Amino acid sequence: MGMTITEKIIAAHAGKDYVEPGELVTVKVDLAIANDITAPLAIKQLEKYGIDKVHDPNKIALVMDHFFPPKDILSAQQIKISRDFAKKMGIKNYFEGQDSGVMHTLLPEKGFIVPGDLVIGADSHTCTYGGIGAFATGVGSTDIAYIWATGETWLKVPETMKFTFYGKPQRWVGGKDFVLTVIGKIGVDGALYKAMEYHGEAIKALDIDNRLTIANMAIEAGGKNAVIEADEKTIEWVRKRTNREFKIYKSDPDAKYCCEYEFDANKIEPVVACPNLPSNVKPVTEVAGTHIDQVFIGSCTNGRLSDLRIAAAILKGKKVHPEVRCIVIPASDQIYKQALREGLIEILAEAGCLISTSTCGPCLGGHMGILAEGEVCLSTSNRNFVGRMGHPKSQVYLSSPAVAAASAVLGRIAHPDEVAKYEDVETLITL
Amino acid sequence: MIKGRVWKFKDDVDTDQIIPARYLVTTDPKELAKHVMEDADPTFPSKVKEGDIIVAGKNFGCGSSREHAPLAIKGAGVSAVVAESFARIFFRNAINLGLLIIESPDAAREAEEGDELEIDINQGIIRNLTKGKEYKIKPLPENLQAILKAGGLMEYAKERLKNA
Repeated sequence: MGMTITEKIIAAHAGKDYVEPGELVTVKVDLAIANDITAPLAIKQLEKYGIDKVHDPNKIALVMDHFFPPKDILSAQQIKISRDFAKKMGIKNYFEGQDSGVMHTLLPEKGFIVPGDLVIGADSHTCTYGGIGAFATGVGSTDIAYIWATGETWLKVPETMKFTFYGKPQRWVGGKDFVLTVIGKIGVDGALYKAMEYHGEAIKALDIDNRLTIANMAIEAGGKNAVIEADEKTIEWVRKRTNREFKIYKSDPDAKYCCEYEFDANKIEPVVACPNLPSNVKPVTEVAGTHIDQVFIGSCTNGRLSDLRIAAAILKGKKVHPEVRCIVIPASDQIYKQALREGLIEILAEAGCLISTSTCGPCLGGHMGILAEGEVCLSTSNRNFVGRMGHPKSQVYLSSPAVAAASAVLGRIAHPDEVAKYEDVETLITL
Repeated sequence: MIKGRVWKFKDDVDTDQIIPARYLVTTDPKELAKHVMEDADPTFPSKVKEGDIIVAGKNFGCGSSREHAPLAIKGAGVSAVVAESFARIFFRNAINLGLLIIESPDAAREAEEGDELEIDINQGIIRNLTKGKEYKIKPLPENLQAILKAGGLMEYAKERLKNA
């Protein structure tokens, strides 16, 4: 019996030739990561049990991104705990401040993750790295503490679901619209405990940024991981960032899938997820006109360079609606600097966007754009749960950066066609 | 043997409802417990009593990986969570911290707010004393039983490192 990419990566890290869904295995972990919220709890666990050294400091990365720059004294203390721990344990890959960013954007960008890696993170969006053909999944702090101590963890081999996108991505449509369409179809527990493997010419047509967006939201369908087979684009992207050797895993022709879904990309249009679940997905045309008070363009889902390019292309020469706060947060310092060089920051600032240093900030209602009672935000992030971005009676809609930028101009949810001609901005958009 | 009053919640209770991100500036269970389930039911932290049982629908604990969620529930003195199904990260976190969680679709569906449940782990049975019904519990996989037996994942780690 053949194996899927997920099964092959798990088998390789378990020292086995073959694994099958449902099997419990112990795997060696290539990289175990945590942020400023989850690291302190893991550190506390190690201290409580008197474990005073880590298995391999080079296989750990700590990124301060959630309440960064620290929003208050308590969050500053959490960051200090993490920094002191990194120093004490000799963890070089500690990021705070300069040359940093939102973890799931930063780590692949810096070449810390290559296809075929097995990455475990104390952050649910660790699944992002499946976009470059790695196995990556989120766990909690105690699981991470265990990996830091031993270099290993246990995993249940998941069943794999297969999603195939035929056709060609249509104008204004990107990875976000694809993944929201999937979640809308299967629901927020539609992939519970499962691997989500993406195939098809429309997926191959996407750039790495858009593929990372698709993998990023596996957790919103309850998935354990998502994976997109590494191809020429992936190899080129990864090679620019690291010299580390890697192995590309492909699913066998007779690999077993628990279910298969097919989508016609020609028919996928820009969509939004309405409050209060990421599965509450509708075509943007159906909710166009919905009043908004805030737009957030950023996060580990859609804060990459291609996202800023689309937003700037739409906002160029226009103004954000006077009653809208439009917050733009490049997801890493490198992206910020590149956006500066390309003139994107100036375009966005002239349009009236509020631009900040990279942070998860508003995505989780942390800081830098919290909603009041009754306020509505259109966000390019990943979750629209009750109270996610502020007051329990505030509301969040999720969309692509193209829809978010167009909506910022009109002060209501809008289709990008209402604001810009695709032909005029096409050259700025790399899919 | 565990016995407690049922607090009933719906499907897809996410970790933002269990413990909103605005309170994640501490790791102290008692502090976190002051806001447990606040965005699902603002009065819950003042109502919940030691030993009570949370019963929920499908996909309990979905969303972020924050271990603060099971910590807050434990901190509030909740003795167990019974649900139709659990999100996988929450499931791992709960086991690792020694919070009793039981997947039992029928028991979860049929229990109502205010019912009294009795959980007999050794026999693998949930009894709804108010409704006079019994439900069998599916045993956990052996590796998870080993973690629970050791007293949580870190105790298990300590054992392993000692023998390594």
